[in-house]
Amino acid sequence: MACIDKDGNITRSAELMLLAAIEPNDVDTIIKECGLAPFRVRSGLRELEKAGLIQMKGNFYQVTPLAIEKLEGKQGH
Amino acid sequence: MEETTNNVKTFSQIPRIGDQAPNFEAESTFGPLQLQDFRGSWLVFFSHPADFTPVCTTEFIEFANNYEKFRKLNCELLGLSIDSIFSHISWVRNIEEKFGIRIPFPVIVDLDASVANRYGMIMPGDSTTETSRCVFVIDPDGKIRAMIYYPLTTGRNIDEIIRLVHALQITDRHKVATPANWRPGEKVIVPPPRSQEAAQERLNQGYECVDWYFCKKSLEKD
Repeated sequence: MACIDKDGNITRSAELMLLAAIEPNDVDTIIKECGLAPFRVRSGLRELEKAGLIQMKGNFYQVTPLAIEKLEGKQGH
Repeated sequence: MEETTNNVKTFSQIPRIGDQAPNFEAESTFGPLQLQDFRGSWLVFFSHPADFTPVCTTEFIEFANNYEKFRKLNCELLGLSIDSIFSHISWVRNIEEKFGIRIPFPVIVDLDASVANRYGMIMPGDSTTETSRCVFVIDPDGKIRAMIYYPLTTGRNIDEIIRLVHALQITDRHKVATPANWRPGEKVIVPPPRSQEAAQERLNQGYECVDWYFCKKSLEKD
């Protein structure tokens, strides 16, 4: 997985996407906030959803409690 | 699969200009990708015969050197070959180490050739185990707008691919055509009239005409 390494740590691009989805946001807003190419955000969000780090409600993506945990762990390092 | 329609033999599995590009889901150097991830952008989807081969290396370097020109055209790049993810990763790292060029676009892993077969990227008369140098220009709606095929021996002209994407965009935006060897900023072809009345009218429309069917015009800065 490009967003999560084999040890379960999130990559920098995944971190950017999760931070952009702390509040519920649609794909276009997340693309703008991340500064990543749209195809990377679309594929990344799909991966993060599969990993249980992000959830979709209607057209909006929002981080899960597990993602908050990962982000806090990353900031603690 | 071979089919015959109106006496024209077609191979239904090989897409043509004007078709929707076949969707796929594949592992890549940027993680799992689907074709639909690129919607909204133009896409140059290209295959190369194999990693760690010299002609392919020169092409990747030139694609990378011109990446920003493609991005300015809202165009992404996507490579493919019948190699493993570890081969792709190792090769792009080698290019960076030996040539100082970072590859900024993803490369698809297609070990079972499922994507290559869907796009007709393998030319059995040339090689049954490698993809040829194919280029598919796909528009933001996922439609195939141009296809280029080169054999294993001959590296592509990346400048021509940029010119092609630019010409397709100009054609869409201004409803014109582009003449041979057209470069951005040069005059474009006004589509021929479809009636006598239109042929007469165009003589007064300020175009540069050699005859009623052959008229050019300049575009506003584009």
